[in-house]
Amino acid sequence: MTGTTITDIELGEAEQFLYREARLADAHDYDAWEALWTDDAVYWVPAGGESATDPTTQVSVLFDNRSRIGTRIRQLKTGKRHSQSPNSSLCRLITNVELLGDHDGDTVVGAAMLAVESRDRGTTIWAGRCEYRLRRVDGELRMSWKKILLVDRDRALNTMSFLI
Amino acid sequence: MTVTNYDALVRPDRVHGSLYTDPEIFAEEMERIFYRTWVYVGHVSEVPQPNDYVVKSIGPQSVIMTRDRAGKVNLLQNRCAHRANLVCDAPRGNTRAFRCQYHGWTYDSDGALLGMPYKQGYDGVIEKSELGLGRVPRVAEYRGFVFGSFAADGPSLLEHLGSATDAFDRLCRLSPAGEVAVSAGWLQHRVAANWKMLLENETDGYHPQFVHSSVFQVANSAIGALYGESSTAVCRDLGGGHTENDLRPEFRRLGVPMGWFGTTADKVPNYVARMRQSYGAGAEEILIDGSPHVMIFPNLFIAEIQLFVIQPLSVNQTVQHVTCVQLAEGEEMNRRMLQQTIGSVGPAGLLLADDTEMYERNQRGVASRLPEWLVLARGLKRERIDADGHTIGNNTDELTLRAIWRHWLTLMDPMAEGTAA
Repeated sequence: MTGTTITDIELGEAEQFLYREARLADAHDYDAWEALWTDDAVYWVPAGGESATDPTTQVSVLFDNRSRIGTRIRQLKTGKRHSQSPNSSLCRLITNVELLGDHDGDTVVGAAMLAVESRDRGTTIWAGRCEYRLRRVDGELRMSWKKILLVDRDRALNTMSFLI
Repeated sequence: MTVTNYDALVRPDRVHGSLYTDPEIFAEEMERIFYRTWVYVGHVSEVPQPNDYVVKSIGPQSVIMTRDRAGKVNLLQNRCAHRANLVCDAPRGNTRAFRCQYHGWTYDSDGALLGMPYKQGYDGVIEKSELGLGRVPRVAEYRGFVFGSFAADGPSLLEHLGSATDAFDRLCRLSPAGEVAVSAGWLQHRVAANWKMLLENETDGYHPQFVHSSVFQVANSAIGALYGESSTAVCRDLGGGHTENDLRPEFRRLGVPMGWFGTTADKVPNYVARMRQSYGAGAEEILIDGSPHVMIFPNLFIAEIQLFVIQPLSVNQTVQHVTCVQLAEGEEMNRRMLQQTIGSVGPAGLLLADDTEMYERNQRGVASRLPEWLVLARGLKRERIDADGHTIGNNTDELTLRAIWRHWLTLMDPMAEGTAA
């Protein structure tokens, strides 16, 4: 490892990717957001307790493979996903970005997330640690993994049907 | 003493909006329903070993379900008998003694007071045997499902469940070993609505086509058709406030093993083989009929492959706890059921997030003054009686809602029994 580079992805480039991913999710730009994923993608939000260690035996809030990410996006685009109709108004901060290592050739990036969601229900603050795995595919950065460990995952959560 | 004349608020074909918004009615519901009748608390598989415990609830009350050293399941209150401090702060675990952090009083896993520091000061002042943790007076289980009742006397659990015991039997027989486990952890979904919005929705067969049309559109799901006009499925009043959508007529008409799960037998060959081994000729009927869709009044919903537990917190705050059922000796199914559960229910689920949106919009709606009443009239003139003497209706009818309210009224206003709804 030299400087801020672990694989061939540097911190600045990783940061720009995370900021873009956050902006597209905030803007409900579903097609552009979906295009950030690799074909073998996993999108995971553990629930409380043991869920954070084994999503194959414990329920998670969200544990999508690439196919289900596609289904989720198609559902949002029907216009009848009532919990996102109207869309939540969102703004999130991505900060404390660090290169954490590599995983099967993908660059592992950690960050902290703070999102403010406004709906008729009221304003909800979502916070958590995020872990991404980034990979260069045809010269473009893509994400093969996104895990969000919410700080309040052990408690009852509001509906979370936006792209977290 | 009743705070309200409930008889005037529940009619055969409609209910008054204040039933969802009045904090005094909520307080009385806790007293008359959640602290008097049988309430579902947990499953024995959540505390498999001696001294295992898990924190559960009965309405807003925290209750510790323990398995004591003798193997008995207890429901204890999380409150030190000395100065009321919490004695348990972890959501689950295994402990030989609950120790209060305030003055060090310790309790056995059956709730008995084991001792306290500097006990000489209590010599001749108090009797240790009288100072255990608060206990839910009655604890009983059916097929491993543990219920508690704060009333020392009253109908037995079997009397309370009545015909609804069949739902547990049907669920358990989906396991080659005849048992289910609750071992997949819980999602907790916070809902800004009255608990009865959830209770009513669980067996409301009128809403799926509308609330969940986005899923049916993108996921090739056959669920929608079960709740359509041409479905042969029925809804049923099981008595005691328990209600169901009986999907079997439709599954039997289609006659496809595993069709109830939206798959075919060749996708789960090991499971199907184990079922045929266990149940012989009876296996085909089980594999076609599938799992029940039954709401056990007041708080347990058996939703085919999931369990939902409704926890009222206040008049307009509720938590819906959700987990995936796991079948003993059904590993091949368990993995699939878990993935389906994660996809469909919980805060980000393709299904439940939209139900929750509806509860919350309903709750905002009942705050409006007019027209005051909510309508439950659908199918009132086409109710019929099945071979077992239960009232049934078309699967989209509001018969189940009427059944819930009729029972609710008998609990809240016993004098009204037989005069309304």
